[in-house]
Amino acid sequence: MIEVISPGPLATIQDLGRPGQAALGVGPSGAADRGAQRLANRLVGNAEDAAVIEATLGGLRLRFAAPALIACTGAIGPVLINGRAVGMNAPVEVPVSAEVALERSSTGLRRYLAVRGGIDVPPVLGSRSTDLLSGLGPPALTSGDWLPIGRMTAGFPEVDVAPVALPPNRLVLTALRGPRDDWFTPSSLAALSGRAWTVSPDSNRIAVRLTGPVLERAVGGELPSEGLLRGAVQVPPNGQPVLFLADHPVTGGYPVIAVVDEAGVDLAAQARPGNVVHFRLT
Amino acid sequence: MRLLTYGRRGLLVELDSLDEALRLSAELERRRPVGVTELVPGARTVLIQFDPARTGLTALSAHLAQLTEVVERAGLLERPPTPGRDRAQADPAVEIPVVYDGPDLDEVARLTGLSAAEVVDRHVAASYLVAFTGFAPGFGYLSGGDAALVVPRRSTPRTRVEAGAVGLAGEFTGIYPRPGPGGWQIIGHTEAAMWDLQRTPAALLRPGVRVAFHAVTS
Repeated sequence: MIEVISPGPLATIQDLGRPGQAALGVGPSGAADRGAQRLANRLVGNAEDAAVIEATLGGLRLRFAAPALIACTGAIGPVLINGRAVGMNAPVEVPVSAEVALERSSTGLRRYLAVRGGIDVPPVLGSRSTDLLSGLGPPALTSGDWLPIGRMTAGFPEVDVAPVALPPNRLVLTALRGPRDDWFTPSSLAALSGRAWTVSPDSNRIAVRLTGPVLERAVGGELPSEGLLRGAVQVPPNGQPVLFLADHPVTGGYPVIAVVDEAGVDLAAQARPGNVVHFRLT
Repeated sequence: MRLLTYGRRGLLVELDSLDEALRLSAELERRRPVGVTELVPGARTVLIQFDPARTGLTALSAHLAQLTEVVERAGLLERPPTPGRDRAQADPAVEIPVVYDGPDLDEVARLTGLSAAEVVDRHVAASYLVAFTGFAPGFGYLSGGDAALVVPRRSTPRTRVEAGAVGLAGEFTGIYPRPGPGGWQIIGHTEAAMWDLQRTPAALLRPGVRVAFHAVTS
């Protein structure tokens, strides 16, 4: 068992979510940065879809009632075991009764802490992920929570440390135009790819909200509600794009101008309020 | 049938009517093409998410071309074969009591040229069918509403709509299962729980379920 001493600003349990249930209105949820979540699990020899802790910014403090093997990936920041700094992107032994602390990250927003065996809270509709939009899954972690450790292993850890590239200074998100790029003026499409976009403070696991030039429509009228996927860049009437992350609604009624690829969604999930992002449209 | 790209793992199929979209969705649900990971029905569309390692745009386009005739041949009056509909249609309509006190009731009256009382009368008089579900768990898109009550969404979405809010958007009525942001025109509210994980099934409104509204005072 793991005791949550302090969750920091927001810490949730995340696995790879609830795919395949969109027709019921159940969104994908799961880790916001899928690449970092998968890596954390691989480092401790877990199944890829084992549940991990997604910690926002820092301030997460845990006490381990039993020895464990952990790995921390994602945003860059100090990881301390009993006050001593340990490496990121590497499996690390935690002794019995030790305290693990994730201090505030210096680059990036979300860190993933995997424990060998996975976090074994009861699944809801096939997943242990907290979906902040629909309210499915376990509530966000609070002080005093006890988290059981499961048996979701897949072999043994094989690497001592994973080479992870430093996050780029310039966040460039690769996106494909469409499906509704023809609803926008040519100058709006040029602005999407040519201008800098600032991450707004009201961004969350549902979406990264961006501020910049107003994207104007070439077509008036209403779009009948249609499906949304992670990475969709939707433009509501105020012309400020919304890039959907893991907890996005399943359908939406505003046109999607472009869709960011998987790697770009992971990068966007690490963007902090005030960071600048660029789109590369193909 | 028009195919629009939706990123590297998605394909949006656009059709001419709600019935065609539901028919295509049912066909794809019945025999899921290899590599399809998610199907999201919409009012005029079906969004297909796929695993690029297992299929691609060429294979999916060929599969969809084979379904064109099935989807487009059926007459306008024919009911689309939504899964579960045959059984659900035999069941009595789900009765939903609504207090018609929504903040957009007057705006809907203005947009439609009706009085607020006429909006309520027409909303209650229609018989509805859950065409498809989506947006959030327990949210059903109800078709069959009065043609006079077709209104656009609010130009500025609300940052918070309460659970149980009954709204109009385009040709649909919908009920918010839980509080959240939303752009539908809210005409009333209900105490009926749209989504309850302690209940089986958790969703009150499922595709093919018939729905009737009646007005209550509180």
